[in-house]
Amino acid sequence: MSEIIKLTLNELVAGIKKKKFSSHEVTKDFVNRCIKSKKLNSFITDNFDNALKISKKFEIKSNQNKQLPGIPFAVKDLFCTKGIKTTAGSKILNNFIPTYESTVTQNIWNEGAILLGKLNCDEFAMGSSNETSFFGNVENPVGKKLVPGGSSGGSASALAANLTPATIGTDTGGSIRQPASFTGTVGLKPTYGRCSRWGIVAFASSLDQAGPMTKTVEDCALLLQAISGYDPNDSTSIDIRVDNFSSNLTEKVKGLTIGIPKEYRVENMPVEIDKLWKKGMDFLKDAGVIIKDISLPHTKYALPAYYIVAPAEASSNLARYDGVKYGHRSEGKNLIEMYENTRSEGFGDEVKRRILIGTYVLSSGYYDAYYLKAQKVRQLIKQDFDNSFNSVDAILTPSTPNSSFKMGEKKGDPVSMYLNDIFTVPVNLAGLPAISVPSGYDKKKLPLGLQLIGKPFDEQTILNLSLALQKRINFKRNVNNWWK
Amino acid sequence: MEIVSEKTFDYFIKGEKNKWEVIIGLEVHAQVLSKSKLFSSSSTKFGAEPNTQVSLVDSAFPGMLPVINQFCIEQSVKTGLGLKAKINLYSVFDRKNYFYADLPQGYQISQYKYPIVGEGEVTLDMPYGTKKIGIERLHLEQDAGKSIHDLDPENSLIDLNRSGVALMEIVSKPDLRSPNEVNVYVKKLRSIMRYLGTCDGNMQEGSLRADVNVSVRKVGEKQFGTRCEIKNVNSIKFMQMAIEHEAKRQVELLENNKRIDQETRLFDTKNNTTRSMRSKEDAHDYRYFPDPDLLPLRLEQSLINKLKKQLPELPDEKKERFIKEYNLSAYEANILVSEKEISDYYEEVVKKSDKKLALNWLTGDLFAVLNKKNLSISQSPISANNLSLLINMIVSGKISGRIAKEVFELMQENNENPEKIVETKGLLQQSDPKKLEKIIINVISNNKDKVEQYKSGKEKLFGFFVGQVMKLSEGKANPQLVNEILKNKLKSNV
Repeated sequence: MSEIIKLTLNELVAGIKKKKFSSHEVTKDFVNRCIKSKKLNSFITDNFDNALKISKKFEIKSNQNKQLPGIPFAVKDLFCTKGIKTTAGSKILNNFIPTYESTVTQNIWNEGAILLGKLNCDEFAMGSSNETSFFGNVENPVGKKLVPGGSSGGSASALAANLTPATIGTDTGGSIRQPASFTGTVGLKPTYGRCSRWGIVAFASSLDQAGPMTKTVEDCALLLQAISGYDPNDSTSIDIRVDNFSSNLTEKVKGLTIGIPKEYRVENMPVEIDKLWKKGMDFLKDAGVIIKDISLPHTKYALPAYYIVAPAEASSNLARYDGVKYGHRSEGKNLIEMYENTRSEGFGDEVKRRILIGTYVLSSGYYDAYYLKAQKVRQLIKQDFDNSFNSVDAILTPSTPNSSFKMGEKKGDPVSMYLNDIFTVPVNLAGLPAISVPSGYDKKKLPLGLQLIGKPFDEQTILNLSLALQKRINFKRNVNNWWK
Repeated sequence: MEIVSEKTFDYFIKGEKNKWEVIIGLEVHAQVLSKSKLFSSSSTKFGAEPNTQVSLVDSAFPGMLPVINQFCIEQSVKTGLGLKAKINLYSVFDRKNYFYADLPQGYQISQYKYPIVGEGEVTLDMPYGTKKIGIERLHLEQDAGKSIHDLDPENSLIDLNRSGVALMEIVSKPDLRSPNEVNVYVKKLRSIMRYLGTCDGNMQEGSLRADVNVSVRKVGEKQFGTRCEIKNVNSIKFMQMAIEHEAKRQVELLENNKRIDQETRLFDTKNNTTRSMRSKEDAHDYRYFPDPDLLPLRLEQSLINKLKKQLPELPDEKKERFIKEYNLSAYEANILVSEKEISDYYEEVVKKSDKKLALNWLTGDLFAVLNKKNLSISQSPISANNLSLLINMIVSGKISGRIAKEVFELMQENNENPEKIVETKGLLQQSDPKKLEKIIINVISNNKDKVEQYKSGKEKLFGFFVGQVMKLSEGKANPQLVNEILKNKLKSNV
């Protein structure tokens, strides 16, 4: 039964429902695999014993109608989990145990899944390589000393290494899609407002969105279904019908029009990525899709606008970590000194950098020049997409301008690190859904993804297009268990 | 330096060299009367054990999100309507960022650029006529928790029960010109909100506090001077004292050719002075920006129309009606409408009895009792119905005014029915001429010397005879009849 861990989420669900294997057997296999894969450092906190216990008691009879019956499931450590330490990858929450469960994870448990553990991530989801985590770097199963991407690096790593059958991440500027691209997995950022943000440690509230990370497009549809839905506790979640993404999933995409934005042909992009992009177009053409050149003229302003808006919100969102109520507290002679020591010791460099940037751009005298300007740019970027969607059904771009890189390679150079998000960030600014589908390898034999961007709340179309791509690309994940 | 108060205008500060006018603007923080907080379902009840009315949202746990309380929105719209103000269909909640131990989020959710209520006005009745005070805006914000520094020698304690409670900040234009105008303004504001049921105005419990902006300028000057803001003053008396001291301080500086620094000051209630809290240079940069956790607030005109229809009669309208309906002076009407409960009480009394007597008994005797016992009208020991019964007995001549006072005293115990008191104590007025004649004859025959003196021109003694009659009748004699009969008897007894 060692093959269990290689099965897709849909196969596991079907297997458990048909009693081919039990929840406990599945959980046991994943736990064993996790224990043997500690070198990857994908987990911050494990819940293995508990998961085994729960899976043993799992009764298929009463759970036949659930979407994720008895499935062991690890989640990014940005989701608050009741009674289980939740750190957001930060020292400042090193001892924090929530008394509540995030809406999205609760939705998953309501469908019968069992918490396997909490996955590593960049500190407060700020990073593109998982190198800012207080709990150490995460290895990419694809190759030694390679970063898994970030910020959902632990999620991508665990998924690609078969430590969890599927997982969820959060995506503020590409934190699901970029690691998916780096690890040869599927990652979808839903429309802003599709999933509740309640109980997710906030990074940048107007951009954050939880989303599925899976091995296949079919799994992605299934998991998206489970986590979506309106939540009255989140004023920004939208009360809109959630269709059955799985049963509506089809590779019949004939007649759809796909836009190819010329602004995404950036300088110095590796030739393989351009080739892969063309290959993607050819595959879609083969499926009967019409390809159309489009222009998103404000694309070049997206990254600078993002690195104003996101830090601005973060600087305020992270003010609550002050050592007064919970989390890490350092000593100080007075309140101010306690604050200074707590936050100096509790936050890492990247988080501090963004708090400083955010504080700066909101300061009086700079607000109009930075924050307000960035918000205007954001509107223009959104308009670009709106205009395009008058004539296309979805947009195809590369997910990232490069494949995974060596640990430490970009650590001292934040700007080059930020450039990793160049294709993903505009989507968050516009609040659109987008998916990264594994599409091939570069000359270093590292996986690369293609991104499909959809209309608001039209996740179905990009899922369908992804399925058409998946069938034609026939991507094989190349994981050789080097860490064992 | 002395303060000159003029009946026609009002209030100036006379310095060594010039006469100065005081310019005052108020930012009143009024706690919204609501069961739960602005962005969470925690209770707002006053006086609970510390930290027992705190939700995960109020204490800013990771991943917690605010959800607007619709009732608080309606309350502030109602208040806006009561201030005859423009209601903004579009408003935005912003974050005001600063660190303090009793501010769990590290920011206060407030409204900055787009408040829910725009310009309005409040009318004041001053001895020198009515005066309109402009309202700049009203915005909604959440309150912070409470820091307690004097319960533990080593530590400060934090109570988050208040954290997240809804406040309305009502900002006036710099239209106020004296401590007395501030007094009348705050009372009027409080009265309007109490009529509306949007704020209980309880200053002891901190439901109403104010930041006071003060500047001075030479009489006749058009330009405003540099202002100082006195933070968080929690009683009208302290507001008045603070203004007086701050204005004098500014005049002194200016007359000595010194500059006034724009700054935030605190009123020291012990030493009766204001002292600097922070200068403009040290002022917080609050880094306001729209709260990304909350969408802009869009109100439907239909909601505003609905709330408008539900508005009760407000003090100004009620005052006009009282003047017309009950024939009262503006001054009298003002007293009655200052508190809704007083006007309700009055209307209850006049339903069954004389308007003028009702006014006198209510604002005279009953107010004195309430003052002495430190009670509000709703706690009055005498019900409106019983007061009207008392008044009716006076009008019908069943008891004299003097006896009425006595009965009134007795009524205070257990809100007793005055008719019953009069009956059981036998206090009915003696109006039988024959019985009175008997008493009078008795008095005359017992005071022959005085009668002689009276007759020889000492007419002042008439009062003495009346007094004797009243004494013998135990105060029950009908004074008019006594006067009549006594005069006749004294005349006839030649």
